[in-house]
Order: sequence, then structure tokens, then C-alpha cells
Amino acid sequence: MTVQLLKGNVAIAEAAVRAGLEAYFGYPITPQTELLEHLSARMVELGRVFVQAESEVAAINMVYGAACTGVRTMTSSSSPGVSLMQEGLSYIAASEVPCVVVDMMRGGPGLGNIQPSQADYFQVTRSAGHGDYHPIVLAPASVQEAIDLTFLAFDLADQYRHVVLLVGDGLIGQMMEPAEMPEMRPIRPRPDWAITGAKGRSKHVITSINLTAEENEAANRRIQARLAVIRAREQRSVEHYIEGAKVLVIGFGTSGRVAQSAVKMAREAGIPVGLFRPVTLWPFPEDRLRALVDDGVEAIVVVEMNAGQMLEDVRLVVGREMPIALHSRLGGAVPLPEDILEDIVAVAQKLGLAGPETVR
Amino acid sequence: MTLHEDLVRTVVYQHPQALEAISTHYCPGCTHGIAHRLIAEVIDELGIQEQTILVAPVGCAVFAYDYLAVDGVEAAHGRAPAMATGIKRSLPDRIVFTYQGDGDLAAIGTAEIIHAAARGEHITTIFINNAIYGMTGGQMAPTSLPDQRTTSSPFGRNPAIAGNPIRMTELIAAIEGSAYVVRRSLHNVREIRKAKKAIKTAFRVQQAGLGFAMVELLSACPTNWGLSAPDALKWVEEHMVPYYPLGDYKVLDAVKALEDRE
Repeated sequence: MTVQLLKGNVAIAEAAVRAGLEAYFGYPITPQTELLEHLSARMVELGRVFVQAESEVAAINMVYGAACTGVRTMTSSSSPGVSLMQEGLSYIAASEVPCVVVDMMRGGPGLGNIQPSQADYFQVTRSAGHGDYHPIVLAPASVQEAIDLTFLAFDLADQYRHVVLLVGDGLIGQMMEPAEMPEMRPIRPRPDWAITGAKGRSKHVITSINLTAEENEAANRRIQARLAVIRAREQRSVEHYIEGAKVLVIGFGTSGRVAQSAVKMAREAGIPVGLFRPVTLWPFPEDRLRALVDDGVEAIVVVEMNAGQMLEDVRLVVGREMPIALHSRLGGAVPLPEDILEDIVAVAQKLGLAGPETVR
Repeated sequence: MTLHEDLVRTVVYQHPQALEAISTHYCPGCTHGIAHRLIAEVIDELGIQEQTILVAPVGCAVFAYDYLAVDGVEAAHGRAPAMATGIKRSLPDRIVFTYQGDGDLAAIGTAEIIHAAARGEHITTIFINNAIYGMTGGQMAPTSLPDQRTTSSPFGRNPAIAGNPIRMTELIAAIEGSAYVVRRSLHNVREIRKAKKAIKTAFRVQQAGLGFAMVELLSACPTNWGLSAPDALKWVEEHMVPYYPLGDYKVLDAVKALEDRE
């Protein structure tokens, strides 16, 4: 593998191709359109399926159909488009077929804007449609991590026959960074549960309807049991400057990336601060966070490009006594390291971990 | 071989192999059962049972996959053509068909059916038009007739308030990409035989890769119309056929050549 300068959206698209993507369905929306454009050429070159759908509603249902046939399939969109996919995602989850969805989040609510945002946190982690389930949600903070998590997304989708969302924003999608692209993987064989025509076997039916409460409760229990396994096994996070940290900064994706610079500056100023960056948003990396908190963290600074959605998950882990400061930017605004640093210093000063002259 | 033995061996009619030998949940007098049987007979005659995939709708036919002995999936309301697109593109040598009612195809799924036709998607759609929402208990459908009383148009459908019934076959026929688009009816034996022939052609169009094919079947819903089964069939003939004329609305020359070879 050689290091190349790659744009986030294109890197994710190419990573999907090399992870064995066989069928892509999508609809143009900023800031993810380069992903669709790249696949419109690559998939055709490789003799694989590419369809530009008439809407995100149609795109996710095409994914649903393709997923039922056992191929590796995905779509990509941005916040308003992902809102339109909620129905389809719920059906896919209930039908227990695998798929990958990329959400390059943008400022909302409504048409909002195309600037980077993390305001889909609730939309993607809580349920993604009606009913009772969580999709697996992966949040890269660099182009390289976006590539690696794209491969992981397809593997997790297959392993758990579940919906996997890869969430970024315009910064991750539009930024060019040096990254290594893994080699092309062979297409994996179709799983035996797939809908392929009942040749030499009894017929297969994939449905999400369970008419009686008993049947549907049993189906729900099966999904919940699988989610419990995912929650136990698949929590992922990254740490920086964590040794001896009394203040813990927590941010995912772009927020975590920006916060890393702020934490570095604070460390250089002598403040015992570390960064905790969740990579899986669901399952939230609660086990590792709890261990860190038990290891002497006295206060937390949550950095998010939303009004504090992940903060609720943090609060559930750390309990009500832990002081948490929220550094929140809204509607497409991106935090600056200097501004986050100010919040870190203020928290450190309250704890007596920094003097009054610490701010540069 | 005696004459008697010869007679015993000549099967003139039997339960189609592609139709499961179970009772359906459909109401007495409902024509879904006829439509299912015609499809099953066509699947048998074309020998495609092991390669056919059904995309069932939301509506009374939600359990069609229980009755047809082929692989099946259950789509979200109106999304069957999108789901069928994903299936057919992933398995281009299989026969993929949607079975959709009027609420599914002509209201909530209008965009999906129109764009599936426009893409010339190589799928077959069986469109059951009974001018009412059956499963939810008899509300006004996009195809309910002017003045038709339903549980959500209790004074009769007033086009000034509730809009006009939509003729989907005429609409789809106008789209480049559709290859075979016809309307048939299930109200008497003669029309049922014509309907079967059309269903067979629609599947053969897909086998030949000629484009999108749709057969609209005017159907009866005695329960929600509040009519006896015979009166419901009469209502189809007297009220639906005049608004939804039977006939061939799009038959590409290549499809005619198929029919001629039949």
C-alpha cells in the first residue's frame, strides 16, 4: 500500500468498492455527492450495480431489495436524505439483512445548510426509524480512519446482519489527507439465507411483519439479544494524552479531531487533560469511559457540533455528580481549538489544576 | 391401455404447483385469489418457479408470499418497485415481480412505480385496482370513483374536494421505458382468461428483457363495497370498466412479436 492524497468522500467510496461493494443506490445531496459520483464510474467499470434513485426513499428500498439477495450493498446521503431513509432503515433492521449507510451530516433542522454538523447523533444512534433497535454507528475523524471504518462497516453488517451507519460531515468528506487504501478484496459468497429463487431448496421469505404480539415480541427479543452482544463486543474508542488525566475532553469525529489540538495545547500548558474520542457512537464506548472516570477523572468537557446530544450518553455513564462542561457549536459552525482550550482551562482552574494566568 | 386408463391419465386441470395448498385470509368474493391463481398458473406454464422472486405489498396482499410457492420479500408501503429494482439488478437472470394494490401503487408509491417504468426496469408489476383501501377497512383510494362512498368519503367522492381518480395504466404507458402496459378485469370468465394471457405476456416480456411490464387488474372488494359477491362483480363491469377502459395501452413491437410466436 502506498500513501496517497485522498478526498474523504472519494476515499470512502473507493474503500467500499475494495471491501466488496456489489450494489450501490443513491441520490445526490451535498456534502456527500462525490461519493455517488465516484461510484457512478467505478461500479460500472467493474460490472457492478450502480443506480441513481429518484429519491432517498427509493434508494434505501433498493438497498433493502439488494440486501435481501445477499450482496454487499450501501447508500450514502446527508442529514435530510437520511431523514427520508428512516422508514427503510427500520424495515431493513427488522428483516435482519445487512447494509451500510454513509451519512455526511450537515447543519439542520430543515434545509439548514451544507456546513459540517453532528446534529444527526440522535437520529442515527437512537433508532433510525420507528421501532425498537439501534443501528451500529461508526464515526471517523480522518480520511484514513474513514477508509478503515468503511471496511469494518461491511464486516460488522455481515457479522450481525444489521444496519451499519458511517457518519461524518463536510469536513471529513471534503478534506484531502494522505491515506493508504487497502487492496481490492474478493467478492464474498452469498449467504445461505438470501433470496435467490427457490432452486433446489424450500422457499425463502424475508419479511418484517409479525401479526401477533407474541410473534413480534419474540422477533424483538431476538433483535435485542443480538444488540446486547454487539454492545458487549464492539465498543471502540481512541485516546490521546490520557496518562494521569484529571480533565477528560470527549468528542467524536470532527469535534474530537479539533479537540485533540486543544488538549495538546492544554498539556503543553501543564494541565492534566486527556482526550477520549468515541469511534462507535452505538454501541457507545461506555466500558472504557467508565474505567477512565474511575481512574481519577474529576471533570469532563464534552465537545459537539450539536446542542449536546452525545452528552446524554456521557451522563448516563458517569452519573449525575460528575461536572460536565459542554462546548457546543450549532447549525454548521465548527469549534476552534483556542475556544475549546478556554473551556478546558476554566474547568481546570475550578478544580485548582491550573493557575489564573494559564490562558495564552 | 384401456379407454378408462387413458382418461385417468389426461389431466385437464389441477392445483398449480406455484400456489401453496392452503386457505387464504381473503374475504369471500374477493378476486385476489383469482389473481394469485392466474399468476401461479403462468409461473407453472413458463417453468420459472425456481427462479421467480415475489415482492409483496402493504395492503390486503401483504401475505401473498404465504400463498405463492416462490421466494418472496415484503416491501414497505409503496416501495415494492424500488425493492424489486434492488433485487433484479443484483440478480439479473431471475424473474422479479411486484404485486401491488391501488393505495400502494397509485398513492404512496407513485414515484417508485413511475421511475421503475422510466428506467425500463426489467420487472413485472401486477396492479390490483379495486378502488378502495381494503386492509384498513374501506377508505377512499386514489382510484375510488367519483361519488363512490367509502369510510373516508361518506358523502361520496367529491372530486372538487378529494381530487380525481387516477388512471395509472394510461400514465405508465406514456413513459419511455415501459414495454407492455395493459388493463384487464376479473369480473367474468372471459375477462379472467384474457387477464391470464396478459399476465403471461408480462412475464415473458421480462424473460426477453424488453422493459417494464404492468398488468392492471380491475378487481372486486365485496366486503368494503358492501355488496354481495355477484353484485360486486357486476359493479366492476358497470362502474369501473367505463372509467377504466380495458385494453392494451402500450405494446412494443418486440412484445407483439413475442405474442405472435405464442
